[in-house]
Amino acid sequence: MDYFLTETQQEIRDLAYRIAEEKIKPVRAEYDEKGTFPWDIARVLSDSDLFGSYIPEEYGGLGEGLFSGILVTEQLARICSGIALVFEGTLLGTYPLILFGNEEQKEKYLPRIANAEIISAFGMTESGAGSDATGIKSTATKDGDHYILNGTKQWITNAVEAEVYTVVCLTDKERGIRSATAFIVERGTPGFGFGKKENKMGIRASSTAELVFEDCRVHKSAILGKVGQGLRVAMDTFDMTRPVVAAQAIGLAQGALDEAVTYSQQRVQFGSKIASFQSIQTMLADMAMKIESSRLLLYHLCRLADRGDKDLTKLSAIAKLISSDMAMQVTVDAVQIFGGYGYMRDYPIEKMLRDAKITQIYEGTNQIQRLIIANELIREYNRSKR
Amino acid sequence: MKIVVCVKRVPEIDQIKVANDRIEASGAGMTNPFDMYAIEEAIRIKEKTSGEVIALTVGSEDSDLALREALSIGVDSAVRVWQDDIKESDILATAGILSAAIEKIGDVDLAIFGKQAVDDDASSVSGAVGGFLGFPQVLFVKKIREIDEGKLVAERATEDGFDIVETSLPAVISVVKEINEPRLPSLKGKMKAKKAPIEVLGLADIGLETTAVGAASPSRQIKAEEPPPRPAGEILQGSSPEELADALIAKLKEEKLI
Amino acid sequence: MDYLLTESQEQMRSTAHRIAEDNVKAVRAEYDEKGTFPWDIIRKLAEEELYGSFIPREYGGSGEGIFSVALITEQLARACGGVALAYSVNAFATTPIILFGNEEQKRKYLPDIASANKIAAFSITEKDAGSDASAVKATAIKDGDHYVLNGRKQWIINAGEADVYVVIFIVDPQRGARSATAFIVDKDTPGFTFGPKDNKMGIRASTTRDLIFENCRIHENQMLGKVGQGFRVAMRSFDFASRPGMSAQALGIAQGALDEAVAYSQQRVQFDKKISSFQAIQVMLADNAGRVEAARLLLYHLCRLIDKGEQKVTKLASMSKVLCSDAAMSATTDAVQIFGGYGYMKEFPVEKMMRDAKITQIYDGTNQIQRFVIATELTKEYARKSS
Repeated sequence: MDYFLTETQQEIRDLAYRIAEEKIKPVRAEYDEKGTFPWDIARVLSDSDLFGSYIPEEYGGLGEGLFSGILVTEQLARICSGIALVFEGTLLGTYPLILFGNEEQKEKYLPRIANAEIISAFGMTESGAGSDATGIKSTATKDGDHYILNGTKQWITNAVEAEVYTVVCLTDKERGIRSATAFIVERGTPGFGFGKKENKMGIRASSTAELVFEDCRVHKSAILGKVGQGLRVAMDTFDMTRPVVAAQAIGLAQGALDEAVTYSQQRVQFGSKIASFQSIQTMLADMAMKIESSRLLLYHLCRLADRGDKDLTKLSAIAKLISSDMAMQVTVDAVQIFGGYGYMRDYPIEKMLRDAKITQIYEGTNQIQRLIIANELIREYNRSKR
Repeated sequence: MKIVVCVKRVPEIDQIKVANDRIEASGAGMTNPFDMYAIEEAIRIKEKTSGEVIALTVGSEDSDLALREALSIGVDSAVRVWQDDIKESDILATAGILSAAIEKIGDVDLAIFGKQAVDDDASSVSGAVGGFLGFPQVLFVKKIREIDEGKLVAERATEDGFDIVETSLPAVISVVKEINEPRLPSLKGKMKAKKAPIEVLGLADIGLETTAVGAASPSRQIKAEEPPPRPAGEILQGSSPEELADALIAKLKEEKLI
Repeated sequence: MDYLLTESQEQMRSTAHRIAEDNVKAVRAEYDEKGTFPWDIIRKLAEEELYGSFIPREYGGSGEGIFSVALITEQLARACGGVALAYSVNAFATTPIILFGNEEQKRKYLPDIASANKIAAFSITEKDAGSDASAVKATAIKDGDHYVLNGRKQWIINAGEADVYVVIFIVDPQRGARSATAFIVDKDTPGFTFGPKDNKMGIRASTTRDLIFENCRIHENQMLGKVGQGFRVAMRSFDFASRPGMSAQALGIAQGALDEAVAYSQQRVQFDKKISSFQAIQVMLADNAGRVEAARLLLYHLCRLIDKGEQKVTKLASMSKVLCSDAAMSATTDAVQIFGGYGYMKEFPVEKMMRDAKITQIYDGTNQIQRFVIATELTKEYARKSS
């Protein structure tokens, strides 16, 4: 189908698909099993110019914006959404720098990220601050020209492998979230270490761990944006990364549909291909329809984002919500179509189902997304009444 | 160092059918998969020794696909030889055209081929080009140990191992899959390759007569047939594993296999 | 939200929205109650130069394609699904003339339709030919340079009100569906009459009646396209006009219900709080907003593809129809739920919206058949890829 992509966007999509088919497919089961980090794929992506597709050209990227990021994510996730996270997690870790970094900070990090020399991570979540980001407790206490960081960030994607981190801490416990400030912290800074690496249900090729800060001193030049802007850094970043999670969900659902349609045309029961049964056809049609509508909504969102539209919170939440709910449904149905085989690790379907679940949870649970959407709806209504 | 890598556009396997005693192929086609190893090796040698790599093919405009693929991966320029008289050229005529083109390009140190094209599986053009040019040839190379001005040391794959061969340059080599893992194109490479100029040469440009090519080829194809379908296998019947094993032994004896 | 519409599309949408707000809302309850055909709204649309928006310029329209019909229908349906249908069916019924009509036929009908001097209806359905359209039995038997029409078409929208009817007949009972052929039949042709008005659950402002043909003679130059092309005429018109129009109607109904639900939840106070502050209500609003937006963006994409000349849109058109109509059913049912007991009462518009929504899952090919179409297209695509 024609999605009105530019020539470059089509090439990006095709190249990402080829990388997924040729380089990721042969290794996805092993990475899932062992839970190792796919550095080799990060290299392939950077050799192909895709790793920093969304990074501005002047900092060594392709300058193809968020749209390129979601196209790459979608194609990689079609084959393995765990491995896709090496790209996606870095995008999450890099967007704060793109959006709020000063010239010096951008010069320092973005070109090295664009060629996958280093990868990045973003740390907001804490044990007591999940959906309620305002509950963060980590502190950054001013000490002359330095800040002293203390606290633990939880479930950080790319945690152990990254070289540069953006973390949000409170500079004034009294003022709470209004004092939240984003800091760039480099790996190896004294007082900055890692907690345990999590053992996960899915997306196992991506690493998730805690960031632990114990009297970790960083210079004030490491502040990203301004003091007190931390929550905004996080929220603006999430507006960019929620679409990427949507792309991950859409890609993995498309992968599951690819498998399900192919299988349903091979599997024979009662003397007919199961694809000829209306009960199977209905499932396939629902899967395809939901994937297509999620994709078209996401692409529209990216077009608006890349031309600089503000106020995309509602659409971005909708994209994340419908894509991840869809991915869950599609992968459950795909396993169902495969029957007993779908439950076995010999087929890639059970992994897709495990991988899908997280998309409903991270980057703001779908329950929170619904509240965001409803509040935006109510705001719009009140605005239109005035 | 000046390297020519010879590439070929071949039809996609699933687009081939036999009709009217001929092989017919639809679709855009693809670059001969073995040529990807040749392209990769050429680029690696260039990266090591500096110099230039030129991709060369014989074929109509459809064949630009293979040249553009080579360009997208890092080949410096591309040459295609074509005029309608070339149609139906056989292996020898094609090798003659490639040789003449390599001479026309001039000062070539190394010509690299994939070990064979997956359409005709002939595996003969590279050797014939070596013969025409009077270059030494090392075919089925699985590793290049050393290469510099004037000298090449390579491992040539054999059925049960490899030979180490040293030769002077210029030379012709063909490469096997073991030699490397071809890289994927970069996005910038792909975008550049789309717009890159391709030099098209006619027979006159390379000093050949139409009497040496096409319908005037020494050999011609008479007929194409699909291979006969494989006959159905026999499934042994038996109610217990022991009975089945006995049936299998009897069958193997009957066929004089044991 | 910005849908990347052109200036003229924005213009048409806002005009249609104004008409819906000012003219349709005032009459919707009455038209629903009495089953009145909305001639006044159709005239208003013509006055504002919206009625012929999809008709090529050379035949008196604005040449704005099917996207314009979708935008106008959506806005009308936000206020009343029945009125929207009475409007949009005309575009669907006119499309076969635009796609298959010869110059003479186009000259004869299109300018009159563009100005709403005439309106059009389309018919293929019969008693035993619903989802299975190949079961049509009505015949057109050649007699010199005329055809004699016999048979009965069922549930025809705008029947009786329309002046121009595109009807599918079998010209050779032996060959059956393969001889299906489209004809243009004018109202008042002798032998062509209408059944009684159907009494419906919803979309009551649009008229639904049977077409009855009893030895109705028409000249062969009323044939649309060629003999045997009837299904092609129907299928193209379904894909290129009917599905987008019906989708837009469903989408508008869904949006209208959501508008009402958001507004009401802001006014209604229970346990000393606006019910919009309860998460249980917010979840319902959010889910419907998500469904509506996703369905809308898919429909708009479909319209853009059709208007740029894409031919293979069957799968996307079916997806659009299912998504929009399922969204309408869910949004209206939930709107009634959010309104509680008030939602069940005729003082509020949401009970009507729910009644109007139900038909969108049924007509223009039931959603069950649409899923079958999608699955068939899907398996064809994959078979092509792997062959």
